[in-house]
Amino acid sequence: MNIKFHIQDLNFYFNNNKVLKLINFEIPANIILGIIGPSGSGKTTFLRALNRMNDLESGSRIEGQILFDGEDIYSSDYDVVALRKRVGMVFAMPVPLPMSIYDNIVYGPRLSGVNDKKRLDVLVEKSLTAAYLWDEVKDRLKTSAMRLSGGQQQRLCLARVLAMEPEVILLDEPCSGLDPISTAKIEDALTELKKEYTIILVTNNTKQAARVSDYTAFFLMGDLIEVGNTGQIFTSPNKTETNDYITGRFG
Amino acid sequence: MKLISEKGVKRLLMITAFSAISALLLIALFIINEGLPFIFKYGLKEFLFSSDWQPHLGKFGIYPMIVASLWVTLGAMLVGAPLGVAGALFLSEYVPKSVMNIIKPTIELLAAIPSVVYGFIGVMVLAPIIRDNFGGPGLSLLAGSIILGIMILPTVISISIDSILAVPRSYREGSLALGATTWQTIHMVTIKASKSGIIASIILGMGRAIGETMAVIMVAGNSVNIPHSPLDSVRTLTANIALEMSYATGLHRQALFATGVILFIVIIILNSIASVAIRKRMVKK
Ligand SMILES: Nc1ncnc2c1ncn2[C@@H]1O[C@H](COP(=O)(O)OP(=O)(O)O)[C@@H](O)[C@H]1O
Ligand SMILES: [Mg+2]
Repeated sequence: MNIKFHIQDLNFYFNNNKVLKLINFEIPANIILGIIGPSGSGKTTFLRALNRMNDLESGSRIEGQILFDGEDIYSSDYDVVALRKRVGMVFAMPVPLPMSIYDNIVYGPRLSGVNDKKRLDVLVEKSLTAAYLWDEVKDRLKTSAMRLSGGQQQRLCLARVLAMEPEVILLDEPCSGLDPISTAKIEDALTELKKEYTIILVTNNTKQAARVSDYTAFFLMGDLIEVGNTGQIFTSPNKTETNDYITGRFG
Repeated sequence: MKLISEKGVKRLLMITAFSAISALLLIALFIINEGLPFIFKYGLKEFLFSSDWQPHLGKFGIYPMIVASLWVTLGAMLVGAPLGVAGALFLSEYVPKSVMNIIKPTIELLAAIPSVVYGFIGVMVLAPIIRDNFGGPGLSLLAGSIILGIMILPTVISISIDSILAVPRSYREGSLALGATTWQTIHMVTIKASKSGIIASIILGMGRAIGETMAVIMVAGNSVNIPHSPLDSVRTLTANIALEMSYATGLHRQALFATGVILFIVIIILNSIASVAIRKRMVKK
């Protein structure tokens, strides 16, 4: 199986606070990896380490290696901007940029030098359709993205990532503020998308991980307790902590 | 006991606020009362658009001074606005927060330096440089523009930084996560989202430049003439009032007050535009 990310002896610090402790595992391509764990476990930090968004935090420091397609993304000559084009991210709080729906979607492609109007139009329709949003907004692409509902904004954020045609999509609790219908739409979209993309989904909802992910990783207090097939993790976990968490005994 | 002091404080504050406002109103009324009759008597058109300023002959055309004020202000904007906005962007986007928190108050402190000090530096340092390198008297439109441009920097930088920092962090993160560079994020997202605040800072700086008097008197040369080059000596509206008020009497004195009315109107217009721009920013958030 093709491996997208090798995580090797990863330690992560905010100032002197060790937030990720000696993480080792591999993320295969074209799967959905669900990451679960109580809040404060380092799930967001781990996700943001994969596209180097943590670089923006002052006092953040990394040890160990993260290899993306075999290349160390933290080596000093690695192109971070190119990395973020290949590894797209949807944040927990859906925040479109303060511009029209259309401009939000073409923001990424334009940065990559795509300026052909026809090509952009195609991208817009394609990515909005894939994010299950096209039908709701196709008649008002030029209106401000800020006027969409929360669920629509989150799908817009997914669509603008898809428009960049990345290889990996990182999602940080994308459904935490959404109603069940919007959540179902996002989950449907993700299941459809894993054919073309590698998807890493942090979720505070263990049922969601059980529903959509192929692999599940359980983080607790900065430790990766267990990672494996979703079926195995949810039916016969190897660690008691995992069992306690998925049966709702803590967290 | 507590209730009484509560009421007492309220009353005290009210009296203070009231007297501050009435002082402002009285000043405005006084200037208008002294200046407006002259404008009616002399004729607005003649007053604004005649180039003849010869008080001893009863000629009161302030056109050269208006032109000088506009040029000096425009020059100050050309110097101060790009420097100020670039400085604000650099400090808020490229410099670590801890450093910015030291530099910003320091820059704001520059606004507290008396304008006579800026004027002094202009006379001692800037004017000789201009005279030696470009010719002319040195004390000139150019010198005035540069000194005023520097004087408005604290206003432009400070207000611009505030409005840039008010741009939600999530906009920047969203843009960077989509593969934008820092500079692309700045000019495609940050500047757009803080545009009204940046414009407000420039307009407030402009108001300061038009109204500035002491530094301009010291460095601009003060000849009443319509400038043909940046190296010409000029006299602004404010400089004219300050230079002649001490000995002016009768009609001459009234003409100076009328000049004040014109300045007053220009500055009120600029400030209203700025406050509308600032309010627009607040509403958007
Ligand atoms: N920018 C930051 N600066 C300092 N500490 C942080 C920062 N972000 C997260 N942390 C700390 O790192 C730990 C893990 O946080 P996070 O990765 O957000 O956990 P999760 O997403 O699992 O809730 C927490 O203890 C949190 O307080
Ligand atoms: Mg989190």
